[in-house]
Amino acid sequence: MAALINVVDSFRRFFDGDVWYSFKRNPLVIVATVAALIGILGAAFAPWIAPHNPFDLKTLNLLDAFSPPAWSELGKPQFWLGTDDQGRDVLSTIMHGSRVSLVVGICAVFLSMVVGITLGLISGYVGGSVDAFIMRVADIQLSFPAILIALLIDGVARAVIGKEHHDQVAVYVLIFAIAASGWVQYARTVRGSTLVERNKEYVQAAQVIGRRSLAIMFSHVLPNVMGPVFVLATLHVGTAIITEATLSFLGVGVPPTQPSLGTLIRVGNDFLFSGEWWITVFPGLALVFLVLSINIIGDWLRDALNPKLR
Amino acid sequence: MLAFIIRRLLQSILVMLAVGFIAFSLFNFTGDPVALMLPPEATQLDREEVRKTLGLDQPFYVQFAVFVQNALQGNFGISLRLGRPVSQLLIERLPATLELATTAAVLGLLIGIPLGIYTALKRESWTSKLLLTGSLIGVSLPNFLIGIFLILIFAVWLGWLPSFGRGDVTQLGLWTTGFLTESGLKALVLPAITLGFYPVTLFMRLVRAQMLEVLRTDYIKFARARGLTNNAVYFGHALKNTLVPVITIAGLQLGGLIAFAIITETVFQWPGMGLLFIQAVQFADIPVMAAYLCLIGFIFVSINLMVDVLYYIVDPRLRTDRAGGH
Amino acid sequence: MNPPLLQVKNLRIEFPTRRGILVAVDDISFDIAAGEVLGVVGESGAGKSLTGAAVIGLLEPPGRIAGGEIIFNGKRIDNLPFEEIRKIRGREIGAIFQDPLTSLNPLYTIGRQITETIETHLALTHAQARTRAIELLNEVGIPAADKRIDHYPHQFSGGMRQRVVISLALAANPKLIIADEPTTALDVSIQAQIITLLKKLGREHGTAVMLVTHDMGVIAETADRVAVMYAGRIAEIGPVADVIHHPQHPYTIGLMGAIPNVGDNNERLAQIDGSMPRLTAIPAGCAFNPRCTRRADVPNQRCTTERPGLLPAGMTQAACWLHAGQSGKRSEAENEKKSDENRKMVSV
Repeated sequence: MAALINVVDSFRRFFDGDVWYSFKRNPLVIVATVAALIGILGAAFAPWIAPHNPFDLKTLNLLDAFSPPAWSELGKPQFWLGTDDQGRDVLSTIMHGSRVSLVVGICAVFLSMVVGITLGLISGYVGGSVDAFIMRVADIQLSFPAILIALLIDGVARAVIGKEHHDQVAVYVLIFAIAASGWVQYARTVRGSTLVERNKEYVQAAQVIGRRSLAIMFSHVLPNVMGPVFVLATLHVGTAIITEATLSFLGVGVPPTQPSLGTLIRVGNDFLFSGEWWITVFPGLALVFLVLSINIIGDWLRDALNPKLR
Repeated sequence: MLAFIIRRLLQSILVMLAVGFIAFSLFNFTGDPVALMLPPEATQLDREEVRKTLGLDQPFYVQFAVFVQNALQGNFGISLRLGRPVSQLLIERLPATLELATTAAVLGLLIGIPLGIYTALKRESWTSKLLLTGSLIGVSLPNFLIGIFLILIFAVWLGWLPSFGRGDVTQLGLWTTGFLTESGLKALVLPAITLGFYPVTLFMRLVRAQMLEVLRTDYIKFARARGLTNNAVYFGHALKNTLVPVITIAGLQLGGLIAFAIITETVFQWPGMGLLFIQAVQFADIPVMAAYLCLIGFIFVSINLMVDVLYYIVDPRLRTDRAGGH
Repeated sequence: MNPPLLQVKNLRIEFPTRRGILVAVDDISFDIAAGEVLGVVGESGAGKSLTGAAVIGLLEPPGRIAGGEIIFNGKRIDNLPFEEIRKIRGREIGAIFQDPLTSLNPLYTIGRQITETIETHLALTHAQARTRAIELLNEVGIPAADKRIDHYPHQFSGGMRQRVVISLALAANPKLIIADEPTTALDVSIQAQIITLLKKLGREHGTAVMLVTHDMGVIAETADRVAVMYAGRIAEIGPVADVIHHPQHPYTIGLMGAIPNVGDNNERLAQIDGSMPRLTAIPAGCAFNPRCTRRADVPNQRCTTERPGLLPAGMTQAACWLHAGQSGKRSEAENEKKSDENRKMVSV
């Protein structure tokens, strides 16, 4: 019961606080949040609310193929954004594709966060050569762009697992690759916080008494660091989605059976010159708006949580 | 100064060894290295020969040493996909990528830095807010999508510029350049803008953030307290302190551009190293991947080293010894 | 009598926040005569730095001057356009801040920073400016000035840097210098040197100084007069010796009483109970009244309802209703007796 009161109380404090105040006053962020929510919900519930099922071969009719968007001359009213080369409704493919993109992006960020926070905590707490090693690896990795690292991991997996089996586990490899390319920023932030806390007297005091200083530090470091980590994660989701889209566009991302927005864009690219622009443009716009909303929210969040700017 | 350089050099060599090790592991643990080094028609006898010559019966570290030696000589074996020596392929493709990346980087600096200064100094103006929103959009646009949109508008609908290839190139010794022909330059425009989008937005946001921070410092406050003119404060003091850290990041970004070129080259079928690499990844062409990795590692490490030296030259705090005295 | 160099009249500094308007400095008035050193002392948050910033026109937004006037050399300066006030800064009014390391641009030699200031305000050639810069460095006691002029800030120690900062502030020979905690970031031994330097330069150049600090010791050494600020208001203002030895405002009395003496034999340090109110919760009437032990001595609960202005109180002026209805000087003996009584009542 007390826990419930705590939760309600923290909700009330949140809506009283500076962050909500800043949110209310920022129309762009409100619009972005609504757009992002629409995108996410649309993607999450795609199998149920998409107007057509692009994967059900029985419902596809090749005569519907290459229909332009509904508002143009030759468009068909039931396909709002037109159809692709196989007669699939573009809107539905976008909704399903967003689903894949979002799942990969969010899972990758989550994994990245967990790994990064853990390594950061260990590095900061244990110190010494462990710390030096982890930070060296981080430094070296930072001098390579994330996309390259993701590409490498993917390529190696492809070689090791063999092309036939690769498709089955492609999504997991992808999530791992994107996560591996992004853990450093979390590790560094958390390490910084850990180092600051470790030097505080209460840790030494706890050690003197015989208590587990690690657990205490955990409970003190994490609340302090959650704000910046949250900002990093939000912006990272945008980057992760773009990375996944890029890899899929390059043909080394998700397998064709589970197309993401990147795959859709790649497929549509082939038809650009023959004039069926909508097959690639609409997935492209969907991608941009999704990532843009997330970036707007992340950008605002960073300013709202930054004590220096208040 | 010398000690600093030597230290950084040693660090760089270490990093290169690490990169080489990863590349070496790629070779060894992802299939038969002999098969990777020989064309597929080689007989069993040939393989045995090579195995002995390569010393594949030798212990691990010896193999690694041989690999490093080969790498230093530029020998990375034969491409599985194209059947030609990897080093040849790389040399052929390098100029295309470097020209593209450098053009994009220059665009980034020439456009991004002034815009960044403007948005920092004129924070409240509508233009600034517009530019900032634009930069946010720029960061949200994936590289390949920009390319596609540009192709759609300028190649498909307007037909002004080509959408693939490099145009006509002139051979200058080992280097092939596209700068000297009209079609070469035309072909460069769209890919350069595509690749350049990212550095422009990056530098703009970076310069702006750095300048805003500099403007909050005590020495700027003190400069104002001494009655210095706005020009002196902004362009004498703030600008220098802003650009110094930006230089380092700019240098590091150049390396990143070479990697991002992978995407742009794919969209525009630009015959550079990036396109080669992607095709290698799709095909699991390990020798090319390993060689690309080593080359990129080398470029990055060199750039890092140069940037460090540059920083050393520009920031007096790193240079001179601390003098004491009360 | 000459008109004072600086006149601050009813200065009010506000900060608009989303919780309402915070008044950081509430209707203060004081003067600084040419060549005199006015100390402005008070706890952190009392508003002393803001006052200094307002005088030189460097109040950072969203803070703004919401009322009152600042008059320098007979001319009003708080409402001047940017270019006018820029010309005054450095040339007529200078400033030095707390941290000498961050006050200097690390990427430029100190010579360049000094000559730049000189050339901005005085019509000298570059060579003349450089000569003057070396003179200035000599004056503030930098050895081998002609060589060190080409050194960078990080090549100087803390005390030397503050000397450089002082030379920069004096470069164009201003008539008034706002010194905001100039010694706080320095070692105690260096503090003494800097204070001596400030006094010497003030005397030689006839520069007035507004010395903002929380360190009473520095005030005692350096200032001619002192203003004690509390919660954005001036509690007491007067000649330094009088304020220190015969304080009239209960807050000042508490402050002086809290300074321990070597010869004292107390078991506990004296303190004033409570703490300075936050800007969002300044009490009605006299801002000090919740912590004041003399409140009961004032009839009609005036302390909690009416805010006192600066009233003559012995040799100083104090914003306290205890001194209402009194004017002119009292005898020395009366002053002594009163102060002793006050001190006994506050100490534990």
